[in-house]
Amino acid sequence: MTAPHEPIPGTTIFDGRMAMKGYPLNKMCYSFNEAAARQEFLADEDAYCAKFGLTDEQKTAIRERNALALLAAGGNIYYLAKFIGMLGLNVQDIGAQQTGMTVEEFKAKLKAAGN
Amino acid sequence: MAKIVGGVTTSHIPAIGNAIANELFEDPYWKPFFDGYPKAREWLAEVKPDVAIVVYNDHGLNFFLDKMPTFSIGAAPEYQNKDEGWGLKPLPPYPGDPELSWHIIESLVNDEFDICSCQEMAVDHGFTVPMALLWPDQTQRPVHTIPVAVNTVQHPLPTPARCLKLGEAIGRAVASYPKDLKVVVLGTGGLSHQLDGERAGFINKDFDLMCLEKIVDEPEALAKYSIHDLVRLAGAQGAELILWLIMRGALGRKVSKVHSNYHIPISNTGAGLLVLESAA
Repeated sequence: MTAPHEPIPGTTIFDGRMAMKGYPLNKMCYSFNEAAARQEFLADEDAYCAKFGLTDEQKTAIRERNALALLAAGGNIYYLAKFIGMLGLNVQDIGAQQTGMTVEEFKAKLKAAGN
Repeated sequence: MAKIVGGVTTSHIPAIGNAIANELFEDPYWKPFFDGYPKAREWLAEVKPDVAIVVYNDHGLNFFLDKMPTFSIGAAPEYQNKDEGWGLKPLPPYPGDPELSWHIIESLVNDEFDICSCQEMAVDHGFTVPMALLWPDQTQRPVHTIPVAVNTVQHPLPTPARCLKLGEAIGRAVASYPKDLKVVVLGTGGLSHQLDGERAGFINKDFDLMCLEKIVDEPEALAKYSIHDLVRLAGAQGAELILWLIMRGALGRKVSKVHSNYHIPISNTGAGLLVLESAA
């Protein structure tokens, strides 16, 4: 392992440590590429989470649709995007949730970056 | 002999695909973005490439964490998109050029770049959105394609310096191919954006504009950054700049800028477009 870098606030580097921690959660989210898997999840969420061996922390974060908790539990944004997408949410909705803003406030923040 | 005639870099945000499907070209939010593309299409119509090498990152469609190759190259007769989790419909397949793919793979491995070769490869929005922006008619596939997928999902990611060198090696590989083909290289993704964490929504206009300028004549200046620098300066997904560096490396020392465009925000991203022509 190389020496740790200076942390970047509000940012988790998805490295081997996180990849091991999040493996079942990310594997479940990867399965959502298939429409049949999405239907199976929506029909019985707890059973589907159990099938992939999610930890209690991961199950709770899924149940609560809590993006920051999903990331802390080892979720990778590329796979979580499939979970987010199947719920009909977009990256502004999730951005707002993670930053504690309304969606309108978050969109205004993005727009302001262009000034 | 085959020749790289130039390259195009463009953002590949999924929302662009929805905007294309809904024909939002004149919508006030989208117009400053879409208005950048006619000039890129005009340049492509002029140079008439036979092949597009598309450097992109797989977003968890073809690869999972069970096996995560750093550099992968498609060697399939055709490439198909797939549903990425939100109900995307299948597009007409993109024709490949397996003979050129294997030539590039052999040349790269001989050049000390150890590549994962893929005879089946599903392509995601990182590939399909740039193709739709540059060749909008989905009933026509005027170029053969070679997907080059780079790991940006799981750290360690390949360094910017390594990516510039990979591009240079792709350039040497194409130049040694005996068929007369005109090749363009697409570098997709970027520029600054971050989707995850309390820092979501981070965009760095000054850094993006600096990258758009430096990549033309001084790509080495960008290759000096570490991945951690890129995450800090361009956001967690802004590290996709490494895909642009592969494109730039493939074009050779001397290029001329044909066109560029930059617009904030498209979705959560500073969206960049750059068209470069290789020296004759």
